[in-house]
Amino acid sequence: MNAPKASFTPRRLITAMLAAGALTGGAQALADDPIKVGILHSLSGTMAISESTLKDTVEMLIEQQNEQGGLLGRELEAVVVDPASDWPLFAERARELLEQHEVDVVFGNWTSVSRKAVLPVFEELNGLLFYPVQYEGEESSENVFYTGAAPNQQAIPAVEYLINQVGIERFALIGTDYVYPRTTNRILEAFLKDEHGVADEDIMVEYTPFGHSDWQNIVSEIRRFGEEGKPTAVVSTINGDANVPFYRELGNQGIDAADIPVIAFSVGEQELSGIDTGPLVGHLAAWNYFMSVDTDENYDFIDAWIDWNDDEEAVTNDPMEAHYIGFNMWAEAVRKAGTTDPDEIKDAIIGVTVPNLTGGYAAMMPNHHITKPVLIGEVQDNGQFDIVWQTPSTVAGDAWSDFLPGSRDLMADWQAPMRCGNYNVATGSCGGSTAAEEAEEALAEE
Amino acid sequence: MRSLLLLWLLVLLVVPLTAHAQPSADDEAAIELLEALDVDSFPAKGEAIDAIVASDDERARGWLQALLDGRLQRADDGRFVIVLDNSGRDWPVEDALSGEDLGEMSRRDLDRIGINNALRNQLRSVIAVVDLYSPNVDQRRTSAERLLGEVDEDLAGPIEALIEEEEDARVRQRLTLALAIHRLEQGDIQAVEHLDGSLHSSARIALNRATSSDDEALAQAATAALANIEQNLRLNRAAETLYFGLSMGSVLVLAAIGLAITFGVMGVINMAHGELIMLGAYTTWMMQQLLPGQPGLALILAIPAGFMVAALAGIAIERSVIQFLKGRPLETLLATFGVSLILQQLVRTGISPLNRTVVTPEWMSGSVAINDALSLTLNRMYVLGFALVVFAALMLVMRRTRLGLEVRAVTQNRAMARSMGIRATRVDILTFGLGSGVAGLAGVALSQLTNVGPNLGQNYIIDSFMVVVFGGVGNLWGTLVAGLSLGVINQVLEPWAGAVLAKIIVLVFIILFIQKRPRGLFPQKGRAAEG
Repeated sequence: MNAPKASFTPRRLITAMLAAGALTGGAQALADDPIKVGILHSLSGTMAISESTLKDTVEMLIEQQNEQGGLLGRELEAVVVDPASDWPLFAERARELLEQHEVDVVFGNWTSVSRKAVLPVFEELNGLLFYPVQYEGEESSENVFYTGAAPNQQAIPAVEYLINQVGIERFALIGTDYVYPRTTNRILEAFLKDEHGVADEDIMVEYTPFGHSDWQNIVSEIRRFGEEGKPTAVVSTINGDANVPFYRELGNQGIDAADIPVIAFSVGEQELSGIDTGPLVGHLAAWNYFMSVDTDENYDFIDAWIDWNDDEEAVTNDPMEAHYIGFNMWAEAVRKAGTTDPDEIKDAIIGVTVPNLTGGYAAMMPNHHITKPVLIGEVQDNGQFDIVWQTPSTVAGDAWSDFLPGSRDLMADWQAPMRCGNYNVATGSCGGSTAAEEAEEALAEE
Repeated sequence: MRSLLLLWLLVLLVVPLTAHAQPSADDEAAIELLEALDVDSFPAKGEAIDAIVASDDERARGWLQALLDGRLQRADDGRFVIVLDNSGRDWPVEDALSGEDLGEMSRRDLDRIGINNALRNQLRSVIAVVDLYSPNVDQRRTSAERLLGEVDEDLAGPIEALIEEEEDARVRQRLTLALAIHRLEQGDIQAVEHLDGSLHSSARIALNRATSSDDEALAQAATAALANIEQNLRLNRAAETLYFGLSMGSVLVLAAIGLAITFGVMGVINMAHGELIMLGAYTTWMMQQLLPGQPGLALILAIPAGFMVAALAGIAIERSVIQFLKGRPLETLLATFGVSLILQQLVRTGISPLNRTVVTPEWMSGSVAINDALSLTLNRMYVLGFALVVFAALMLVMRRTRLGLEVRAVTQNRAMARSMGIRATRVDILTFGLGSGVAGLAGVALSQLTNVGPNLGQNYIIDSFMVVVFGGVGNLWGTLVAGLSLGVINQVLEPWAGAVLAKIIVLVFIILFIQKRPRGLFPQKGRAAEG
């Protein structure tokens, strides 16, 4: 033993052994059969605009994980299918992923209607689905993990911000005519009237067809609605593409954010990349992540994304962060459980906590929703959002809204011994509620 | 805050604007002022802004403007900088104090001093007050406009003085109105007279408030003035709805007029018509990529380019698919539907599934104010004009040129035309190219109204067929009248039925109409009707 060797402390020895282990682990990863990760996002059809970037995100995350030696010493392999924005096809493709490709986990879906379409498949074949988009709530499945925001993590705090910080007294709820805007607006209307005493005539609700491009009349109506002397805001659940002509018309009719701010739940960096945002400065969006978040984790993620796309202009958005969180949670649960078996993962993942991109942590709750901070951002002229407000701590996602009569008494808890997605605390039984039917009936009455 | 403003005003009044000899606060004081901005709380920032206004530093306006634009930032070393261009990863910056060029800095090393809507309002008001004294008329106009409904006790005096001196009639009128609104809020009944007939919303809001005043005479006067204004407003609203309708109609006409040629005149059911529109829109985007910094020129050049691209694509479709399916409408429909899907996916994989940004040139954004209650959006006005020009040009081609004559001859009686020496195949190609090219023109115009993405065409194909069928197949005038009237009907229905129901009502109306008059508004008569 020479003198230099004496400096070889036990700690160094352990580090060296671990490094060697990681190396051999990496080598094994190539040899063993891979862990299969299914990606169920539309690459063609109308939803390709939103979903194709999510497919790329998961592929990037898989590659990053493989560079770190995979999981459990096995390599990850992406299995990509294209449901082509066709809802029934989503169910077929989900079945294909689970039965033919025997994937261990699936990341996918954007619209609620596609999620409803695959739900029975995942429950029947006991698959795992990570769903990354903000949605209307009123659902909790044993096989689905909702990494996007529930209404209490987006819509409710956003409206509270408008009332408390901006002093808004009149609300125009404008949305596209389908389930997410209708349910969200129903929750918001109940919330505004019951909790804040907003009068009927101070709420305007308006729905438009999908892909609506002629906003002249509605924008002019909003302008008149705002000319009554009370501070007015627009709460927008307008979906996807229709936002571009809407914001264009706002700008052209001279509606400024300082007069009538628009707060949007479906407009992110990606939607804004299709418009000149100069006239929109100051309009708001509520999300759980913005590309402009000033943390090193976020800058690392953005830089990796830009390099992956080889495009300096590539933007990141909220559902991408949701996939980032969901992927890391699943990976952590796999490490914890030591297997990819769905039943083991379902138990292991509850309580798993991973860093999010906004400088905090996200935890998986027993109701399969996660904790998220709520951020309010104002549009800037470079197509980014400037964060003007955020909740002091993270908010846990609530599967069943407290503001709707049918779902007020429901809760979801997928831990033993309850293991129930719609436990009624009033009657003390699982599945004893008809909340979903009640909600649909209420919708039909409107 | 207002008293500080007043202070600032007084200084400005006493010291003539040109006297930049006023010693600027030294840099230390300036740094202190700016440091007060770099806090988390928005109310504290508001106070810091007031302090900057009161400081009378001559760089203050520049700082406030930069703050308003989100370009006032702090570097890691604590220096305050103004970002000159915040696109990309590295930004060119200059020193906020000395104005010295500091080269490029990474966005990681810069912290933006954020503002919210409340501060934005405050900044705009502060800058507006400063700009009232600006030698630039446009700045004075904007700031006078801004101050409507924002005048308070402290500002009233200086504004009164300014009205006396102001040369520009528009600024004077605005300031007088602003002052009258302030007086009305003070309970001055004479002010009602000034506001009577004003269509501006802040005048209406002030009058509305006055109607519930304790002073009965004032309340009555305000109610009477409001009733007057309301009547005037109704007229304006009707005019606005008509404009909305014509503008929507012009989009329908543009989208349908190409189809009126290929479907109406030639009888080809071309489901890829929407994608030809999309090609025109993408051509506009392409031209803007080729000519960065000149969106206006690119848009004008896109008109011929969009026509050519769509025309060539149309001819390719005609040669490769449609000519083999002549007289088999069902097969044509299915084949062209396939072509439309292929074109969409080509754009998705070839360019991107994401929407492309098409910039609206300066001269096409915003609106022209006819009066305070009625302003017409410029981009739609251009599209309306463009639609009429395209229609007129097309009429000319069909009525006054050899090609038009041949087209009409071939569609009326193909065999007879051929025996007269007309090359029917060539006419087919040219006609289809013309119709497709016009679809491309529609795309160029639509790029200014809606988003440019792979789905653009899908949104217009149904509407296009609807307009052509409603107007009467084979009749260009019918397409024009049908498009414009459907637009107006839709916009008249929308306010009371809602957008979803209005669309359904229009569709039901067309179905009933077609039941009654299967050949549309303007059925073709005589021999042409048999073809």
